[in-house]
Amino acid sequence: MKLNLKIWRQKDAKSNGQMVDYPISGIEGDMSFLEMMDVLNEELITKGEDPVVFDHDCREGICGSCSLQINGEPHGPDRLITTCQLHMRKFNDGDTIVIEPFRAKAFPVIKDLMVDRSSFDRIQQAGGYISVNTSGNTVDANAIPIDKHDADEAMDSATCIGCGACVAACKNASAMLFTSAKVSQYALLPQGQVEATDRVLNMVRQMDLEGFGNCTNTGACEVECPKGISLENIARMNREYFSASLKG
Amino acid sequence: MLNKQLMSGLIKSSIARKVIMALSGLFLVFFLGQHFVINVTSVIAPDTFNSWSHFMGYNPIVQYILQPILIAGVIVHFVMGIVLELQNRGARGVKYAKYKGSANASWLSRNMIITGLVVLAFLGLHFYDFWIHEMTYKYIESNPEDPTRYYAETVHKFEPFWRTVIYVVSFVLLALHLLHGFASSFQSMGLNNKYTPAIKMFTKIYAIGIPLGFIFIALYHHFNQLTH
Ligand code: SF4
Ligand code: FES
Repeated sequence: MKLNLKIWRQKDAKSNGQMVDYPISGIEGDMSFLEMMDVLNEELITKGEDPVVFDHDCREGICGSCSLQINGEPHGPDRLITTCQLHMRKFNDGDTIVIEPFRAKAFPVIKDLMVDRSSFDRIQQAGGYISVNTSGNTVDANAIPIDKHDADEAMDSATCIGCGACVAACKNASAMLFTSAKVSQYALLPQGQVEATDRVLNMVRQMDLEGFGNCTNTGACEVECPKGISLENIARMNREYFSASLKG
Repeated sequence: MLNKQLMSGLIKSSIARKVIMALSGLFLVFFLGQHFVINVTSVIAPDTFNSWSHFMGYNPIVQYILQPILIAGVIVHFVMGIVLELQNRGARGVKYAKYKGSANASWLSRNMIITGLVVLAFLGLHFYDFWIHEMTYKYIESNPEDPTRYYAETVHKFEPFWRTVIYVVSFVLLALHLLHGFASSFQSMGLNNKYTPAIKMFTKIYAIGIPLGFIFIALYHHFNQLTH
């Protein structure tokens, strides 16, 4: 199929960028979106032009590296998948596809479609861990009985791959879904209780410091999240935050 | 004891801002229901309407405690709403060339600022119509208490067509505002559980039913005067 791509090109973090048109042909329905980008880049390299920079790693939908705002939606029009799992059969011959980086003040563009999501790492570092003694007397995690329902919910929260689609989709560029998933995966488990108070306070403080917007419950994040992280996590984080604030 | 840092987090954090919006909003929603009950009496029992209005206008607890709380609630809700809107616009430096908001969120949830500002503008007119009028009547002109004046004064307000239209349009927008806001306040306060579908249903009925009731009362008084 033939497509007309409109892609955001930006030389580096400091330059201004703009949308550039790239007509492309020979795209097959069973190519992934990133393979389509590879085809484009090979053409550009052959022509001696600068290839389009975009993030990717596993191409299996598990690492959270790939991003891209495709026709106004993070990870494109399909649901519960990342961009690397999006297939070109979702598009029609002759379509125009607008491809932009995930946009948020806290996700500055590095080059073209690649953004710096280290703000997520700093939120995680602020409290997304448990302190476990690893010096030889580590207790087997399975030795602690955990309610099946809690274990399942914690697992669901833990499936967040930190891709940033929630921020990209949100009209407020809020990082509440990501942060709440990271808070929840520990809040639901006994291992997470020791540092529970500090964790939620510190992670929320870091989230605010990074310049993400305020959540207004539009629910866009939940719809666009490739892992189906639910808004219940945000409600849980709010509860955790209040009980932590009162404990102080 | 709350330590200082935590206290400031409780006030300044993004979660606290959400909860302030939710609590002030819930308070206003509650007030709306109470206001509605009084207004209903203007249709079914004008005498009751007069005596309740008189009570609201002269009871010291209502006047000096509840009324300032209500005004503070309105101010907190709209100032915080505007602060949130500005911060949130700032959180996305460069705008998307293409942003498909309708693919993942309702128009209502994305445009609370628009429905909210219309309701706020209406509140301005409402204050001018009733509150300023009351304050002038009681404190500037120092008129004597007259427990029978309210019904006629209120009904008279609905005589002009333009005011009735503004009233109706504003309540439609209020309904749109509440359709997202009322249910959303429970989520903000951390309530998202097996009762959520029931809460959502209740808030929907309230968000549509109460404004519709206000609209009915306005139209009733407007057309009643035309036919008399
Ligand atoms: S919550 Fe979902 S959308 Fe947000 S970072 Fe995690 S996986 Fe990505
Ligand atoms: S490249 Fe790893 S999730 Fe897409």
